[in-house]
Amino acid sequence: MFKKFVVSAVLGVSVVLAQTPATAATPKDALVMAYSIDDIITLDPAEIFEFSGAEYSANTYDRLIAYDVKDVSRIYGVIAESWTISDDGKTYTFKIREGVKFTSGNDLTAEDAAFSLQRVIKLDKSPAFILSQFGFTADNVAQKIRATDKYTLVLETDQAYAPTFLLYCLTAGVGAVVDKKVVMSHEKDGDLGHAWLRTNYAGVGPFKLRKWTANESLVLERNDTYWGEAPAMKRVLIRHVKEAASQQLLLEKGDIDIARNLEADQLASIAGNGDVKTLVAEKGAVWYLGLSQKNEYLKRPQVRQALKYLVDYDGIANTILKGRGTVHQAFLPKGFLGTLTDKPFKLDVAKAKALLAEAGLPNGFKVTMDTRNNTVTTAMAQAIQPTFAQAGIELEIIPGDGKQTLTKYRARNHDIYIGRWGPDYQDPHTNADTFARNPDNADDAKSKPLAWRNAWDIPAMTKKADAAIMERDADKRAQMYLDIQREHQQVSPFVIMFQDIEVSALRKNVDGFVLGPSFDSNFYAKVTKK
Amino acid sequence: MTDLAKSGGGMDYRRHFARLKRLAGTVLSVATTFLGLLLVTFLIGRVVPIDPVLAAVGDRAPADIYERVREEMGLNLPLWHQFAIYLGKVLQGDFGQSVLTARPVLDDIRRVFPATLELASVATVIGVLLGVPAGVMAAVHEGKWIDHLVRFIGLIGYSVPIFWLGLVGLLVFYAQLGWVAGPGRIDFIYDGYFDPITGLMLVDTLLQGEIEIFWNALAHIALPACLLAYFSLAYIARMTRSLMLEQLQQEYIVTARVKGLPERSVIWRHALGNVSVPLVTVIALSYASLLEGSVLTETIFAWPGIGLYITNSLLNADMNAVLGGTIVIGAVFIGVNMLSDLLYTVLDPRAN
Repeated sequence: MFKKFVVSAVLGVSVVLAQTPATAATPKDALVMAYSIDDIITLDPAEIFEFSGAEYSANTYDRLIAYDVKDVSRIYGVIAESWTISDDGKTYTFKIREGVKFTSGNDLTAEDAAFSLQRVIKLDKSPAFILSQFGFTADNVAQKIRATDKYTLVLETDQAYAPTFLLYCLTAGVGAVVDKKVVMSHEKDGDLGHAWLRTNYAGVGPFKLRKWTANESLVLERNDTYWGEAPAMKRVLIRHVKEAASQQLLLEKGDIDIARNLEADQLASIAGNGDVKTLVAEKGAVWYLGLSQKNEYLKRPQVRQALKYLVDYDGIANTILKGRGTVHQAFLPKGFLGTLTDKPFKLDVAKAKALLAEAGLPNGFKVTMDTRNNTVTTAMAQAIQPTFAQAGIELEIIPGDGKQTLTKYRARNHDIYIGRWGPDYQDPHTNADTFARNPDNADDAKSKPLAWRNAWDIPAMTKKADAAIMERDADKRAQMYLDIQREHQQVSPFVIMFQDIEVSALRKNVDGFVLGPSFDSNFYAKVTKK
Repeated sequence: MTDLAKSGGGMDYRRHFARLKRLAGTVLSVATTFLGLLLVTFLIGRVVPIDPVLAAVGDRAPADIYERVREEMGLNLPLWHQFAIYLGKVLQGDFGQSVLTARPVLDDIRRVFPATLELASVATVIGVLLGVPAGVMAAVHEGKWIDHLVRFIGLIGYSVPIFWLGLVGLLVFYAQLGWVAGPGRIDFIYDGYFDPITGLMLVDTLLQGEIEIFWNALAHIALPACLLAYFSLAYIARMTRSLMLEQLQQEYIVTARVKGLPERSVIWRHALGNVSVPLVTVIALSYASLLEGSVLTETIFAWPGIGLYITNSLLNADMNAVLGGTIVIGAVFIGVNMLSDLLYTVLDPRAN
């Protein structure tokens, strides 16, 4: 009673007040952003493997090469001006750009580039596999990656891989060039300066680090000695604001230029505000259901097929994702070489029932689904539950904290897992490697890709995926991925459903903010404010 | 003469001994409390079905890295052994590294606790300054409109969810009226350009003579502090009211009135003076609970305090951080309790 009264009173007051909006303005030369950055655990490019960490590295550390965010097939040199590949396909020679200076004032040479890559292998942190998959080890890396003169860097891979494979991998964060002199001056107990670089900066890029305060803020400053085009913004101020509603208020009030984590509710509510606009980009992450092949029902091919007809793809995209996701049914997201855009599945209960009958389960079965307890995942699971039920499948949702469900999933103790997978680097192998390869299905296997987590034993498809990384002709290589995806789409225990769309809300005077296809291709360098 | 001096000396000894015994008892009970706190938190941290290695290496780490980190973290050892190692380190003042922030837990706490301390202190000051008089007035005018008003306000304070009130507060006072500043401890623009000394923004800015940033920090703390103050106000006012009602029915109050003392003096000196001891407990409890940090308030106001820190650490299985935070909160509780005990002796001579 009282509560109701207060609610209406406060709402009444706020409606009256809505007539007199007061706005602040951010400084003209600073980009101010609210962003959930509590996932940053390190600032060392050899270790960064988190979304917002990757974005930090992309804006502060130039890499050897990069790809065009509008057309990923176009790869161009950044710190490496050009490159040649030997006839046997194993030796890559990079010409390093001359006249580049680190923010410390040191000259950037091939020695720094070689050191940076060797360091990734020697430190062996989470993203090291992106480079080590080319046969580099702590023992041989000094030999295989070396500077032959001041501006020449040579890389020798163990096999003649598809050149695009290596080049795309070098566009990842592990390809960032660090300042050898500065980093080594902070070395402790042979850690290659890792302990220091985790919270500090030594590189060259459009911006440099001013200060990182974990779970609080990240402040970047313009690099005034940058070799390339200098950014218009003198500073980038990123504040960790977890609550989406708070982000919305900050944006509408004009205290920030960009709100990065608005949810569907907030996006709907700012739609009518003429002072703000939105920027959308298809991101690499895909939403999928992983069906454990250890489950006696789910391992039947017809059941796997049937479940793909029991998801209301369009309904979920429209009512739950609401512009933050689009229907996509192949393991390579749009924006990759060789993406399959076919969408053969839609909600078709009759067909699913026929398939279940074929599998000897005309009355359905009971199964559980481990579900992260965040809003979107839970809503999606709750939308899948009734469509499964229409074919007699009783789906029990087991909610859990993110780390908890993941722990269970990694231990192969689930029936169905609903999850989201983001690629690690911009080469198609990143997702083929996890969705379509399973070299060893044993419980104690060394490599544990998603196919392994779902106990899907696929020696033949593993071979096809392996062949695709050796194909040196880019077009043929793309075709191979299309073929693998077509087969995978039909037979795999993965119900791939959606591709993420990232939405940022900006003040209307902000231009030039770039959201690329991956988390480390969001750039601030071209931002201008009117 | 000599006899007297002797016996006096003997009494002194006994008093000292008793005091020493009491001190030893306090130390022992504090130590046991801490040990129990540590053990329980440690065990909870180990039985939750979350893999702490995952928190350290991320979801994509290859199996060999995973195994290596698991060994580095000592998770392959038996549980008692892990606890013994941890205890040994804590006794040396080493709370370990936080996985999430890549810094020593102690450094993290030194950073996040002042944020909570500042917010809780300002909130408590407001809560006491408004809550005690409100409670007194309600008791004096029992059953009148002022009593109803105080109870009404108190009821809302109890029943309205804080995140809702926080968001509406932001909408009205920040977004619409512009009376206060938005989420965060200071404006974005000062981020990274202002170096803390104590971590208490209001103090640091004054120490460094940054008057402009001081006003800015004040504008930022105003709303969340008032919000928290509202909740402690509700509690303090209600407790003050019932304590006062009890006192006002005592005979000495009647005597005082009969003596012709002015009503003001009867209420504020005699009655309030006598409830001050239990009132201190009430305020101390409310202060201590604010010092734990309020996760929801800290989330909405992007306030990097200890509540958010511990919750975030817990969700990410960052056990060193959770344990460190728990010990600090335990210490705060014990500290505030001892402080209120100390205040008793000041307020009530009999307690000495």
